Amino acid sequence: MEKIISKEALSEFLKDGMTLMIGGFLANGTPESLIDFLIEKNVKDLVIICNDTGFPDKGIGRLVVNRQVKKVITSHIGTNSETGRQMNAGEIEVQLIPQGTLVEKIRAAGSGLGGFLTPTGIGTMVEEGKEKILVDGKTYLLELPIKADLALLKGSKVDEKGNIWYNKSTRNFNPVMATAADLVVVEAEEIVKAGEIDPSNVVTPGIFVDYIVKGRG
Amino acid sequence: MDIRDRIAKRVAKELRDGDVVNLGIGLPTMVANFIPDDVEIHLQSENGFIGMGPIAGEAEVDKDLVNAGGIYVTAKRGAAFFDSTMSFSIIRGGHVDVTVLGALQVDKEGNLANWMIPGKLVPGMGGAMDLVVGAKRVIVAMEHTAKGRAKILEKCTLPLTAKGEVDLIITEMGVMEVTQGGLVLREIASDITIEDIKNATEAELIIDENLKIMEVAE
Repeated sequence: MEKIISKEALSEFLKDGMTLMIGGFLANGTPESLIDFLIEKNVKDLVIICNDTGFPDKGIGRLVVNRQVKKVITSHIGTNSETGRQMNAGEIEVQLIPQGTLVEKIRAAGSGLGGFLTPTGIGTMVEEGKEKILVDGKTYLLELPIKADLALLKGSKVDEKGNIWYNKSTRNFNPVMATAADLVVVEAEEIVKAGEIDPSNVVTPGIFVDYIVKGRG
Repeated sequence: MDIRDRIAKRVAKELRDGDVVNLGIGLPTMVANFIPDDVEIHLQSENGFIGMGPIAGEAEVDKDLVNAGGIYVTAKRGAAFFDSTMSFSIIRGGHVDVTVLGALQVDKEGNLANWMIPGKLVPGMGGAMDLVVGAKRVIVAMEHTAKGRAKILEKCTLPLTAKGEVDLIITEMGVMEVTQGGLVLREIASDITIEDIKNATEAELIIDENLKIMEVAE
C-alpha cells in the first residue's frame, strides 16, 4: 500500500467536530505542516487531545487562535494566553488532566486496556467523580482510556513503510498517539527508503501509520 | 547573594551523588547552577529525557532539544531520550529520587497548591501532580512570602496539587521539614530571628532543639 500522500489527499478525512490527537510538547515534535493544512481547510469544532496548547503562533495554539477548537483535553494551557482567554469567555471547553494520566489514558486505549489505576490526583479536584479502588492498602483512581478519530504525528525520519524515528525530545507524545486513533498520519521531516532506518532504531512500527506527508522542513 | 540564589544553593545541598532529579520551571531550575563538582546528578526532563545539561548557548541550539519549559537546552554525554509513557513510568514509578517545585501555598501537613488560582490563573498541572506523588522526596523551593502574604499555611486554601506529599520546604528564611508532629524549623537564615520567620509563616513552627544556621555562605 502506498502510504506517502500529498497534504491535499487528507481532505477527505477531515470533518468538523472530529476528535484529534496531535503530538508534541510545547510545539517541539508537533506536525506544523499538518496544522497549516487544518488551518487552510478551516475544519471547525475540533476536539483536540494534546499535551499542551503550545503558543499563539506555534504548534496547536495556532488552531486555538484561529477558533477551530471546541474542546481541548490537555495537561497545560499556560503558555498560550489565548486558550485561557477563550476558556474564561466560555468559548472553548478545557479539560485539564495530569500529564502522566493523560499519556496513560492514551496508552490504555491503544493497548486494549479498559483503564488503569493511578495514585495521581488523590485528594485533589482531579478525583471528583472518579471511582476509587483500594489495592494492598493504597488508594488509586480508576482512569479510563481515551481515543481519537485521527492522530497527527511528527517524525524526524520516516521510511516509506511508515516506520518512524524521532530525534531527541521530539518523541514525547507521538509514539503513544500512534496507537490510539482510527487513522494515523505522520508528518515526516525526511522520508527515506525502507531499510534506511536500522530496524533496531525504529521507535514507532510502520503498521501503526496509515499515511505519510512530507513536512515543510 | 540574591535570595533566589540563596534558596537554590541551599536546595542543591540536599542532592546526593547519583540522584535522579526533576527540577520545576523557574527558581527550581536554578538549583542546577549550584551542584558541587564531586556530585553527579541525573536531571530528568518530563518531556522525555534524562541527562539534561545547561541551557543551550546560541551556537548550541538544536531545534529538536528543549526542556519541559520549551527552552533550548543541551544533553550531557550519556543522556537518554524516551517518550512520554516512559517519562511518567519513571516519574510515577518511584524512579525519581528528588523533585524540586515551587508553590503558591504549602501547609503543615505537606499539602501543596501550585497549579491554579480559581477564576484568575489556570495554567494546568502539567506533570506536577504525577511528580509530587511519584518522587521519593518532594522539596518545595520558594520565596517565603508573596508580597508579604504568608504562603506556608495551617491549611492550603487553593486547589491542591497533591495531598500530604511535601517533605521539605526551603525558603530564603529557613529550612522546614514536614513531620507527623507538624512543621519543624531545622535551619534559619543567619540574618533573621525566630520571631521574624514565625511572623512570616501562618503555620505553627516547631523549633528544632538543634536549630542550625542555614548554610548558604559566600
